[in-house]
Amino acid sequence: MATNTEVTRRGSSAAKEAGAGLTSQGTWTAEGPIRPPVDVWEDKDGITLCADMPGVSKDRLNVRVDGNTLIVEGQLELELSKDAEALYADVRSSLYRRSFALSGELETEKIEANLKHGVLTVRIPKRAELRPKKIEVKVG
Amino acid sequence: MFGIPMPGSVFDDLWRLQQEVDELFGSWSAPLGIRSLPRGSFPAVNIGQTPERVDVYLFAPGIDPKSLDISLQQNLLTVSGNREIKIEEDVDYYRQERFGGEFRRVMSLPEDVDPDRVQAKYADGIVQISIERRESARPRQIQIH
Repeated sequence: MATNTEVTRRGSSAAKEAGAGLTSQGTWTAEGPIRPPVDVWEDKDGITLCADMPGVSKDRLNVRVDGNTLIVEGQLELELSKDAEALYADVRSSLYRRSFALSGELETEKIEANLKHGVLTVRIPKRAELRPKKIEVKVG
Repeated sequence: MFGIPMPGSVFDDLWRLQQEVDELFGSWSAPLGIRSLPRGSFPAVNIGQTPERVDVYLFAPGIDPKSLDISLQQNLLTVSGNREIKIEEDVDYYRQERFGGEFRRVMSLPEDVDPDRVQAKYADGIVQISIERRESARPRQIQIH
């Protein structure tokens, strides 16, 4: 989240109003990081998060837990020619970032992440002792 | 990871890449094509050009590229397909933001693209379609005799 702090500290108010973001290079871009769309669901053993992050390869992906916050970051990479100029652009930033607050029953040390074809899947298991237990009723 | 710049580190490469994409597409602003879709439509599209070719980038994560229908008629590029998102059973959903279902996008490219010289590849959820431009349209050096 260091880059966000930089924006707050160094960004002019006009740029902030325009939703501008500061890259690590110190150059202004039209927009801040891309907020990837996600699906989140829960089953009895844990929570699964799926995020669309096209253009991110494994070595440019960063999934981490900071305190109780899950942070998902990725660097978009396109194969560009040196002398290319833009004709059209839906995507105007090269950094994906999104974060989620986790709760105490989740086992953050056992988070698993998998990236395939630009889709990130993060599995966050619940602590075994805190999973819902089925209570059997004995007939006696 | 993307915090404090450290000159000479392996991260230089990352910043260079980031700057290239941001410089090229970050400040893009031009009149919209009549067939353009609102931003947020699936798949997102970026288009870059050089004197030699036009590169179309389709942001299509989690799609079998063979299921995509890509066609180029003169300078109109049409992409259609179906993105199937598996819906889990016996779970509770909190968010369902990812696009699922059928999609179609039509892009109007520069008129000098050559429909016979097209290449497409898929990596990390991005389809890159490279279309060569006709020689006659390229800028030529004019010799003074």
